[in-house]
Amino acid sequence: MKLYRTWAVARKEYLHIIRDPRSLGMGIVIPVILLLLFGYALSLDVDNVPTVVWDQSESQVSRDFLSGFQGSPYFSIVKFVHGYGEVDRAINSAEALAALIIPRDFAQLIEAGRAAPVQLIVDGSDSDTADTAIGYAETVAQSFSQQVAVREVQRKTGRTLDLPLDYRPRTWYNEDMESKNYIVPGLIAVIMMVIAALLTSLTIAREWERGTMEQLISTPVKGPELILGKLFPYFTIGMFDVLLAVLMGEFLFDVPLRGSVPLLFGMAAVFLVGALSLGILISVVTKSQLLASQLAMVLTFLPSFLLSGFMYAISNMPQPIQIITYVIPATYFVSLLKGIYLKGVGLEVMAIQAGLLGAFGVVMVILANDKFKKKLE
Amino acid sequence: MSAIRTSKLKKTFDEVVAVDDLTITVTEGEIFGLVGPDGAGKTTTMRLLTAIMEPTSGDAWVAGFHVVKEAEAIKERIGYMSQKFGLYPDLSVMENINFYADIYGVPRKGRSKRIDELLAFSNLTPFKQRLAGNLSGGMKQKLGLACALIHTPKVLFLDEPTNGVDPVSRRDFWRILYQLLREKVTIFVSTAYLDEAERCNRLGLIYKGQILALGTPDEVKQIMPGAILEIRVADSRKAYQLLKKELREESVGLFGERIHIVTRDPQKVESEAAKILQDAGIDASAPRPIEPSLEDVFVSVLAEQERSEQAR
Repeated sequence: MKLYRTWAVARKEYLHIIRDPRSLGMGIVIPVILLLLFGYALSLDVDNVPTVVWDQSESQVSRDFLSGFQGSPYFSIVKFVHGYGEVDRAINSAEALAALIIPRDFAQLIEAGRAAPVQLIVDGSDSDTADTAIGYAETVAQSFSQQVAVREVQRKTGRTLDLPLDYRPRTWYNEDMESKNYIVPGLIAVIMMVIAALLTSLTIAREWERGTMEQLISTPVKGPELILGKLFPYFTIGMFDVLLAVLMGEFLFDVPLRGSVPLLFGMAAVFLVGALSLGILISVVTKSQLLASQLAMVLTFLPSFLLSGFMYAISNMPQPIQIITYVIPATYFVSLLKGIYLKGVGLEVMAIQAGLLGAFGVVMVILANDKFKKKLE
Repeated sequence: MSAIRTSKLKKTFDEVVAVDDLTITVTEGEIFGLVGPDGAGKTTTMRLLTAIMEPTSGDAWVAGFHVVKEAEAIKERIGYMSQKFGLYPDLSVMENINFYADIYGVPRKGRSKRIDELLAFSNLTPFKQRLAGNLSGGMKQKLGLACALIHTPKVLFLDEPTNGVDPVSRRDFWRILYQLLREKVTIFVSTAYLDEAERCNRLGLIYKGQILALGTPDEVKQIMPGAILEIRVADSRKAYQLLKKELREESVGLFGERIHIVTRDPQKVESEAAKILQDAGIDASAPRPIEPSLEDVFVSVLAEQERSEQAR
């Protein structure tokens, strides 16, 4: 392999890029737009669940109970209604996702020291939100029950009751449970995967389609020289994208970056080599720009988006799907980025992920080189 | 020493035989023309010899190296201009030339002198900075030639280099090729133009993958079966129709005011044709035997070939 030939290919490819505004746009503008779009729009937080209340008791006790909901950031009481007909209408029209129904004898039952039934109706057509709303409502109800019980004991015995359990939940790494904090690092991985593969998927196919490849393979240029030369300028664009994404995470989304910045960029570099080589491999195999770009999109976007652990926890997936996630390179990069960003940990705990990411890169480079033939069919 | 030597070189695509047992030798320092109609196997032959396509069977050596076993050694020593413009339209003339200079590892020292020379003899000097995509067809071909010559190759392969190029540019192009011969470059050129074939030192007529005739243009003309009789006549169309109808055994062709009759028995046909025209009252020159042009040869050889295929 001759360095001067690799360098010549890299320089030529760089000229192609700066002369074609579309490829620059795809390489730089699209990742930024995607990051903005998903960063702002994709929020998995459930808060301010619009709720209607039918308080048939209309007592001090029921108002105490409701204050627990009013004070919670997770519920927002939008309306007081009277009757199931109105509850039905509110949920049907999506005015509310949940309804809280307090029976007429609520206060009397509580004062008599008996269990008072409270009904929560949720809109199951949005089951994630429904699940979360039920969980939050349970917490509010539990704590109200406790308060009542404590007060009752105090009234009867005259002394304060200490609860046997002092339950103190605490969320590490993402204290405020903000979804953007784990979405943005994962998003960087997904976007880089898609853009990198897409960028290089066109390069070799374009030369075959334009007929410039026939000229090129009649020269002494070697396959690895051609492939590495083509990787180089796109690698630069990719690293620039990572820099942009990190800056946007820092200044636009306020995502805490607790780990090592050099490690972040180092891992991004390893990941990029693999993703760019995957694009080249696709280009080498298909020899058609249209087919290559479509294949690159299908092979990268959906798996990275759905199966990398970016959106859905891998541990919740069925076993066969979990096995598939192991062959998706974005999986390792997502977990590395989350680790570096939120946990501030380094290779001491993520050596396996880093190693597998490196292996992906090596395999892709080897495959792309192996599949490229300096011959016409 | 031979610059190119092939032995029973064969290439088939599925059922189709593109190049069929091709055995030719091209001597160092000559222009060899591969001449034939579209689809005859010219481009496939080019690709086999430039080692960018593997033959199905047979052997070939270019500049002393085997096209399969030593393909990369060949690529160091040849220049190739594919039929389709193979350069980058979004790169300028200089950027294209420099790219190929880098790829071939042309030393920095002496490179700019070589580039200046190439630009000067291809008249591209004023267009150094122009994007290749904005050049005219003729200039594109010259740029392709300059890129293929940047490393001073031993053998130059040109696949229909003047296809679709205007006559003036074609003449310029051939002027450049003759200059190259002085640099001891062997040129292997394919063409469908017979006036270009005439300019080659030696040529091979290829048809359906087979070489039908091989030699200098004069030698090739000798293989003409029979002779040609030329008649000059003002009302050539009427005379042509008449002769065609009366002389069923012979091949009659119309070229403007001239009619060519290809025949194996010139004495008999000469008097017959004169009599037919006289009887019809057509004023014409007496039929006289002429030297066949390459075009006549190829038309008759190809017609012969078709006839024998049909007979089989």
